[in-house]
Amino acid sequence: MALLEASEVVAGYGETEILHGVSVAVNEGEVVTIIGPNGCGKSTLMKAVVGLVRVRTGRVTFKGVDISAQSPERIVRSGLCYVPQSANVFPSLSIRENLEMGAFVRSGSHPDRIEEMFELFPDLALRPGRKAGSLSGGQRQMLAIARALMLDPALLLLDEPSAGLSPAIMGMVFDRIQSINSAGVALLLVEQNAREALRMSHRGYILVSGRNRLEDRGPALLDNPEVGRLYLGA
Amino acid sequence: MLPMKNMTRRIGLAWTPALTTAVIVAAAAAAGLLPFVKMGLVVNGFILGSIIALGAIGITLIYGILNFANVAHGDYMTMGAYVALFMVEEALPRVGIEGQGLGPFTFGYPVLLALPVAVAVVAIGAIALDAVIYRRLRDRRVNAVVLAMMSLGVAIALRGLVQIIWSGGTQHYPRESRQVYHLPMDVRIAPDSIFIAVVTVILVAAVYLLLTRTRMGKAMRATADNPDLALVSGIDTQSVIRWTWAIGAGLAATAGVLLAVSQAQLLPIMGWKFLIPLFAAVTLGGIGNPYGALVGAFIIGVSAEVSTQWLNPSYKPAVAFAIMIVMLLVRPRGIFGGAEYR
Amino acid sequence: MDVIGVISYSAGFAIMAGIYGVFALGLNVHWGSTGLFNIGIAGFFALGAYTAALMTTQTPDPALFEDFKFGGNWSELGFLDLGIDLWFFLGLGAASIVCGVIALAIGYVTLRLRDDYLAIATLGIAETVRLFFLNEKWVANGSKGLYRIPKFLGDWISPENYDYLYLVVVLVVLAALYAAVERAAKSPWGRVLRAIREDETAAEASGKNVFNFKLQAFIMGAIIMGIGGALFAHNVRFLSPLTFDPLLATFIIWAMLMVGGSGNNKGAILGAFLVWGIWSGTQFLPGVFSDPNFRFFMIGVLIVAVILIRPGGILGEERKVARSADGARI
Repeated sequence: MALLEASEVVAGYGETEILHGVSVAVNEGEVVTIIGPNGCGKSTLMKAVVGLVRVRTGRVTFKGVDISAQSPERIVRSGLCYVPQSANVFPSLSIRENLEMGAFVRSGSHPDRIEEMFELFPDLALRPGRKAGSLSGGQRQMLAIARALMLDPALLLLDEPSAGLSPAIMGMVFDRIQSINSAGVALLLVEQNAREALRMSHRGYILVSGRNRLEDRGPALLDNPEVGRLYLGA
Repeated sequence: MLPMKNMTRRIGLAWTPALTTAVIVAAAAAAGLLPFVKMGLVVNGFILGSIIALGAIGITLIYGILNFANVAHGDYMTMGAYVALFMVEEALPRVGIEGQGLGPFTFGYPVLLALPVAVAVVAIGAIALDAVIYRRLRDRRVNAVVLAMMSLGVAIALRGLVQIIWSGGTQHYPRESRQVYHLPMDVRIAPDSIFIAVVTVILVAAVYLLLTRTRMGKAMRATADNPDLALVSGIDTQSVIRWTWAIGAGLAATAGVLLAVSQAQLLPIMGWKFLIPLFAAVTLGGIGNPYGALVGAFIIGVSAEVSTQWLNPSYKPAVAFAIMIVMLLVRPRGIFGGAEYR
Repeated sequence: MDVIGVISYSAGFAIMAGIYGVFALGLNVHWGSTGLFNIGIAGFFALGAYTAALMTTQTPDPALFEDFKFGGNWSELGFLDLGIDLWFFLGLGAASIVCGVIALAIGYVTLRLRDDYLAIATLGIAETVRLFFLNEKWVANGSKGLYRIPKFLGDWISPENYDYLYLVVVLVVLAALYAAVERAAKSPWGRVLRAIREDETAAEASGKNVFNFKLQAFIMGAIIMGIGGALFAHNVRFLSPLTFDPLLATFIIWAMLMVGGSGNNKGAILGAFLVWGIWSGTQFLPGVFSDPNFRFFMIGVLIVAVILIRPGGILGEERKVARSADGARI
């Protein structure tokens, strides 16, 4: 049984329907990437999974439990954490406070876990009292990922973790993502830098206009000439 | 007062050159005026500013976290003042607790006992109102201005309730006349005013510690920063909202009691009339910024009092309003830059 | 009360309801059509009333009114004595201009900002206007109030029947304003306002100058409120700063609009007659219901209940009608 299974999910905003029945699965310990053109519903799918957007029809299960009508708080508690694409840190809180907020569902201040995060992202350890709003784009991204890791989730959802980063920083973020995965955390990614992301993914999905288009192993998608031409800009 | 230097450093002021210039000009103007200003008025201004601060901090917290202007905040103050009146006039005398003229103060120790009761009643009332009214509107995802509209209805109903229970006339806590202290520079200060300042210092310090040291306080700041991210971080936003109401309404109730003590009277309209200085202070400090509201409150309080040297004292709310309008023209985000002002 | 008494009371009632109808129309331009939150209607009410009164009132006999201070008295200029009370219309015009200018000033400062700033600014203006007329005794006799505001066409009809004449005047003005507001709401201008209220960002994105449209709507509503104030001044014929307390000059008008249906001009007028009917009627009820404090409380409860239970009020918004008319043209 898959760790996360979204089947035939229909969702949208107001009167507009964005997802017309999308199915995605992530197995334990897997890295899965979703790619597709702008507006295909990648981010909406993530929001539907974490409970920010209501699932109209279809089903989302996590660890075998139906979470499609659960509050984000309960979903987080069950071990599924999410990093939005933008506005993903609390700007007026310090680095340390941001991390504490990541573990809000468990009381206490979790100094040990924060130290582990500082080991994983040494940049954050330099001045833990610094306001997140004053960090650079790359540092923010790392803080956002660290915040989502505070609960030691089984699955981490990352919405475009490399957006707006310089190539060097981007390489480092991908490197961290791989080490997070090797620690046993499953990952579901949405990425514009599809080539880079697919290279380290076990499997990938291609969404077009709110529907599944293709699904295959990561390297296989990279080698698929049609995918290369249409979605990787080769 | 408070460790202000420490606090300004914490909120990370970004002094723009324009603002620095403005502050220098304002400071120079103030310094130029200083020889002509009666120090007594400045002292009174800080006392008035203390009461404004307690109300304004609540408004700005509610604004930051619930994202609307709580027009009923003045009437929460009124409610607090009247619940305390009920305690000192009806409830406490039944168990033999009566008195006025405690030490140098005009009021008696029953007011000290009534204050926490008023805080608790108004805080619980505010949480209940949120559960029955505001929460439903949030679930409907209405525009923020509809929430403000709703708070207007609540304000009217609360004042009506106060008038039904206590009638529309003037009342006061049992009091005894007391000597004022004479200080140098022709400053006269009533012992009651010192009480007001001390209560304010304690409560502001408590709010500061709560926001910076406790898990719930940090969660409140996080929710004010980014409510959606707070939700997906697993922050229990419902209890954040309840805490916000409890703190905001509790501070308002205290402000109401202190206002009744300082004016030596209670009137059902007292809170509604206080809305203008409250919002002026909030605007001045930057919406959603509690430290800004504190500074804004003292600026408004001192300016309003000092203006009475030249203007009819009843123009004080108009002075507060004028300062607010000037601020909105010059720097709508407030001195310290609040959340979204557009 | 005999039949004549009832009829004459009803005329007096209808005049006030009609004047409140004017205010509700003005508020509907602010809130219903544009989403502008004005909680200082009393400010425009007072400005309109005082302006019209100062334009038309003659200095009273100092022997009768000791220490009467008064900055008006322009009607003694005498150059417009054309046999009919042209001064009444000048008063109406001046009231609307003064309110329009004040609205322009506040709107200019606050309408670029979040909606709530306008609310606070209107509250501030209401209080400032009240304090001005209270403290500046040379303008309008301060707290002692302005007496002897003239009747419009007072010579035409006997005093006991005057209410019927003035009722016609009020209803004519109300009808004219209704027609104007209705026309504006159905025009392209009105449709832009609704678009702004529904989704400001989208309206901005489609190239509309949101600030200008909001400012125009704010001024238009304020002008209507100024006219309402002027009509009120010539009805009660005595003004003091106490006349304009928040309950009867702001809160009750909100209740009227919410009950009748915000966004609906017919609803605004219906709400004015209905709420004023309940307000005036309940004073004859026995027990707690006639208690003014209880009625005050109920005004608040009414607003809360309407928003919670029936946000569209009795009539609801006339949006679909406007849209289908639009569609038919295409």
